[in-house]
Amino acid sequence: MLSFIFRRILAMIPTLFLASIVAFVIIQLPPGDFATSYMANLAAMGDTVSQDTLENLREAYGLDQPVMIQYYKWITGIIFRGDYGLSFEHREPVSSLIWDRIWLTMWLSLVSVLLTWIIAFPIGIYSAVKQYSAGDYIFTLIGFIGVSVPAFLVALVLMYLQFKYLGQTTSGLFSDEYISAAWSWARVKDLLAHLWLPALILGLSGTAELIRILRANLLDELRRPYVITARAKGLPEWKAILKYPVRLALNPFVSTLGWILPGLISGSIILSQVMNLPTTGPLLLRSLQSQDMYLAGSMILVLSVATVLGTFVSDILLALLDPRIRYQ
Amino acid sequence: MENQTPLLEIKGLKTYFFLDEGIVKAVEGADITVPRKSTVGIVGESGCGKTVTAYSILQLIERPGRIESGQILWRRAPENGPEEVIDLATLKPNSRAMRQIRGGEIAMIFQEPLTSLSPVHTVGDQITEAIRLHRPVSAAEAREQAIQMLHRVGIPKPEQRIDTYPFQLSGGMRQRAMIALSLSCHPKLLIADEPTTALDVTTQAQILELMLELQNDFDMSILLITHNLGVVAETCDRVAVMYLGEVVEQADTASLFNEPKHPYTQALMRSIPILGQRNRGRLDPIKGMVPDPYNRPKGCAFHPRCTQRIAGLCDQKSPLLQTLPGSDRAVRCWLYGE
Ligand SMILES: Nc1ncnc2c1ncn2[C@@H]1O[C@H](COP(=O)(O)OP(=O)(O)OP(=O)(O)O)[C@@H](O)[C@H]1O
Ligand code: SF4
Ligand SMILES: [Mg+2]
Repeated sequence: MLSFIFRRILAMIPTLFLASIVAFVIIQLPPGDFATSYMANLAAMGDTVSQDTLENLREAYGLDQPVMIQYYKWITGIIFRGDYGLSFEHREPVSSLIWDRIWLTMWLSLVSVLLTWIIAFPIGIYSAVKQYSAGDYIFTLIGFIGVSVPAFLVALVLMYLQFKYLGQTTSGLFSDEYISAAWSWARVKDLLAHLWLPALILGLSGTAELIRILRANLLDELRRPYVITARAKGLPEWKAILKYPVRLALNPFVSTLGWILPGLISGSIILSQVMNLPTTGPLLLRSLQSQDMYLAGSMILVLSVATVLGTFVSDILLALLDPRIRYQ
Repeated sequence: MENQTPLLEIKGLKTYFFLDEGIVKAVEGADITVPRKSTVGIVGESGCGKTVTAYSILQLIERPGRIESGQILWRRAPENGPEEVIDLATLKPNSRAMRQIRGGEIAMIFQEPLTSLSPVHTVGDQITEAIRLHRPVSAAEAREQAIQMLHRVGIPKPEQRIDTYPFQLSGGMRQRAMIALSLSCHPKLLIADEPTTALDVTTQAQILELMLELQNDFDMSILLITHNLGVVAETCDRVAVMYLGEVVEQADTASLFNEPKHPYTQALMRSIPILGQRNRGRLDPIKGMVPDPYNRPKGCAFHPRCTQRIAGLCDQKSPLLQTLPGSDRAVRCWLYGE
């Protein structure tokens, strides 16, 4: 197992390197160097910067030097000093802009994955074990709706219902008094109270997808001879099913960890706009529109790293779950 | 005084599958008697209902299948107390009584040991689970018993092998592990559904020898399902021949091989080379196709392929399985009297 983890970590390095190259290329995409764009941007807003500041910037990011050195300065700045560069739209270091949003996005993803699991697990098992029962048909129908109706539409409907019947609005992830408060237990509770609805909506299509996969996998596994062995040794039916075929059909659950994050980043942009969620989606969209490249590149970098790590964790869990992967 | 009553008596078993396309009469009259401490073979072409018969005994038939009628009489003799007769056909598949018998009194092994064991649980996990289901022992004791059992079935270094996964063992070792699992609770009957078909010839012989050895040690009976008449000749005391869901002949092995009565049995003997016996003349495949299970022929199920059929009788009325006078053989054929 240790050597498996070690090999996985080694395999991660080139992927991470590639992700950093992509992010760096994105930063370099707009014409002219960053200092020039920065100046132009400020000038457009009727502001000026001193020549000194510009020179300092050029110096700090190695803008006069070859691309290789620029990349080196950029990446070591990130790794050793947590310096992601400057956002010229917000005129702040990128690092002070993104972390809150990234954490919130991760939380949202995590809660969303958990909800997805909690809902999909029993329904998927039920649908497979009771194939073609009325319940199976109903869940399949709901599943189709879950996959085909866009999340933002569901969000609008639910927000409307909530407003109409409960008189509250779920907009944003915090109540007004907590928006810019420091982190505290009360703020966490407030966050969780706001988080579950968007998490549920976000997880909707994923849940439907997961139920479908679990049902199909389990139907396959239920036909395997080892299930008969389990029954033939005298296990009660529920135990025979939960311990053996369900265990083997579980792989897609773990794999969700890997793919849910990238899905959320792209899929949640519209939803985040609709529900006014302070996640990375809207900020990323905005930064791309305004060519705020350090901001955009940094977010893409952090989110790719998170995705790679998510895949890593899900690979490890898969290996724990399935010895055939571990010993290959 | 040895107990002379048979351990298992299957009488008139019918097991059907109710599909949208029609009813598959997979077993349409199986009568099989398994005496104590004996080996009984079931032979017959593919699809004749051998596996369904075996699964019926343990109530392992799944929807849309169902035992339609018949009796499966299981005689259990508790340590102290009178003999009990249980009709397994009347037990509910997932009932406590049935689960006690599964694995505890009647165990089963299958053709493909790799797929019959869970690939993601260790051999030891799967064996100790069975032991703890049927015996009041601690986890440590169960593990100790599992190691002994693995040792008994000839797996070297059982203390280490117990923690391996099935895919890490060779085919023969896997089937040994499967046998260890099924015999871990000392059942009185072992049902083996083509236990050696997936193995190479040398391993086949070893596994069969092991099964017979263990049969002796554990005083159990074996119901051996196989395609291989050579295996039957070497291992079985009695044989039941099945055709299209029916047992068409039942006899002790020697009589069956020396003097097959049923035309289907005779054809089977001619069609299959028998181990250790010189081929007398050419092999003679049985003519005609097995009819499809939705449309069983009227009358004797074998009549479309039978060379000795009696026109006007065999294609009209089904013969019953009848005991031949003065013997313990039974045949289902009009040639042997009313
Ligand atoms: N689950 C099922 N659903 C429908 N039909 C079935 C099912 N299981 C078995 N049958 C049918 O029952 C008949 C008997 O099958 P069975 O598996 O008992 O044959 P067999 O004698 O064991 O053959 P083989 O030697 O190939 O193992 C076949 O016609 C088969 O198609
Ligand atoms: S009953 Fe008639 S058709 Fe059937 S096996 Fe006997 S002789 Fe042949
Ligand atoms: Mg079979």
